[in-house]
Amino acid sequence: MTADTRTNNLIINADLVTAILTRFIRTEIRRAGFERAVMGLSGGIDSSVVTFLAAQALGPENVLAVTIPYKTSSDATTRDAQAVVDQLGVRTIEVPITGQIDAYFAQFPDASRMRLANKCARERMTVLYDQSAAFNALVLGTSNKSELLLGYGTQFGDMASAINPIGDLYKTQLYPLAAHLGVPGDILAKTPTGDLWVGQTDEGELGFTYAEVDRLMVLMVDRRWRRAELIQAGFAAEFVDRVAMLIRRNHYKRRMPVIAKLSPRTMDRDFRYARDWGT
Amino acid sequence: MSFPNRSLTSRPTVHRIALAQIAPFLADRQRNVGLHIEQIKAARAQDADLIVFPELSLTGYFVRDMVPDVAIMPDAPDIREILDAAGPMAVVLGFVEESPQHRFYNTALYAEGGRVVHLHRKVYLPTYGLFDEQRYFAAGERFLAFETARFGRMGILICEDFWHLSAAAIMQAEEIDVLICPANSPGRGIEGPRVRTAETYEHLSKAYAQLLGAVVIVVNRVGFEDGLCFWGGSSVTGPDGRTIAQAPQLDESLTLATVDAADLRRQRLITPLARDERLLLTIEELNRIKRNRYDC
Repeated sequence: MTADTRTNNLIINADLVTAILTRFIRTEIRRAGFERAVMGLSGGIDSSVVTFLAAQALGPENVLAVTIPYKTSSDATTRDAQAVVDQLGVRTIEVPITGQIDAYFAQFPDASRMRLANKCARERMTVLYDQSAAFNALVLGTSNKSELLLGYGTQFGDMASAINPIGDLYKTQLYPLAAHLGVPGDILAKTPTGDLWVGQTDEGELGFTYAEVDRLMVLMVDRRWRRAELIQAGFAAEFVDRVAMLIRRNHYKRRMPVIAKLSPRTMDRDFRYARDWGT
Repeated sequence: MSFPNRSLTSRPTVHRIALAQIAPFLADRQRNVGLHIEQIKAARAQDADLIVFPELSLTGYFVRDMVPDVAIMPDAPDIREILDAAGPMAVVLGFVEESPQHRFYNTALYAEGGRVVHLHRKVYLPTYGLFDEQRYFAAGERFLAFETARFGRMGILICEDFWHLSAAAIMQAEEIDVLICPANSPGRGIEGPRVRTAETYEHLSKAYAQLLGAVVIVVNRVGFEDGLCFWGGSSVTGPDGRTIAQAPQLDESLTLATVDAADLRRQRLITPLARDERLLLTIEELNRIKRNRYDC
């Protein structure tokens, strides 16, 4: 198995994916009785792709891109988000969260930067849900499949949404899609970051690149290769084990909270209805 | 010895087939009856002789715990209303059927002249990957062909049934003229210009059309349910394996196809595969396998 063959598992046809995802957004928004969508726009590739898809699906006038900076957010974040807004003509609003975050942590001056990062993610979530009420819209999610599998996101924070169009696309697959949609080149070129603190990068924090881990996960998760087969194909045993552990350990983030079963029919266990029930 | 009515001279040979590629409302039978009647009116306005709806067209796919709530019997008023609207046009549609024993089947019916002529209960209920059908449905136990007034001998295979070679082989032994596959096929595989599932359906349609010397009609739904994307791409394939009509991917459509039954004769003259089948040999071989596998 050559490296090239493994990379090919991540090939997408951007035309087909765009056709499916724009219809998905339109259908899901409308069946819930809405015409509009809201998303947090960070100027990264994930939220930019979602904003482009939403603008194409619903029309730019029906899309509200919310920028939600904290005082440490970088200038690049603001600049790149603005470029997306300018190019698409979607509506936008900036809602800084420095005031409420700092007021809260004044009570806990020794809090770790992870607590700060998670608090910011959840604060942004409440802003988005409130703005969705004001704009009469649903919140679109911007978590990709790589993040969802690795658990690289905040539960009830950036992972929260009504509809997630990109949750089944690996980070690597978002680049050809972004290029196809016309996302500005500066956004495609920059290093992925959650902008959680100054100088933070996803890959620095995870300890591997998305290109590496996506090649592994597409085989492990989608093609169901066994550990020995992955090692045989050239992946280091420690890398395979670490990724498998992250996927397993973070599974709770991908499920609704566990409910103790007491009655004949329990949510998510034997009370089984499609979410799109009746629409 | 009696022969079924297979006289070609007394039957019109050119048929107009309407492929109703719809997006049903999930578990809203009333709205879906309206959707069927709309399509039927449009098809009749275009002189269709037969309209084919997708699998579970009256209920949608992910019915789950709503199965008993949306189930009906074949003589239910909803079906009566649709058949009345169809008038002389024949209809294939899908619904959740409740048997007198209160079993629930994923069923497709064929009706002509306002009368239900045949019910096919889906035999192969996929229960793997994203599918969960055996949890909710009882499995059908027969693959039966049936005679129609206009289209010759017909067989129905619902979605997953179509993926089983044995089902197609039985239909070949039944010497059918038209094979109908109502489907609810969700798309998977995004590396090409069509979802990978669409490629498979095309391969199967072309292969079965040629191997059976029959017209193959696939009607797949469109729309989304819980993130699943039903890709449409309904088609009619002639007995020579060529595509006669192709509905668009992903979008609702009513696609009309003109089928000439004389093509069946021409193709069977060129490649008489069904004629040359050794049915008794096949049965003997299957019996041998059965003895080896199941008999102690």
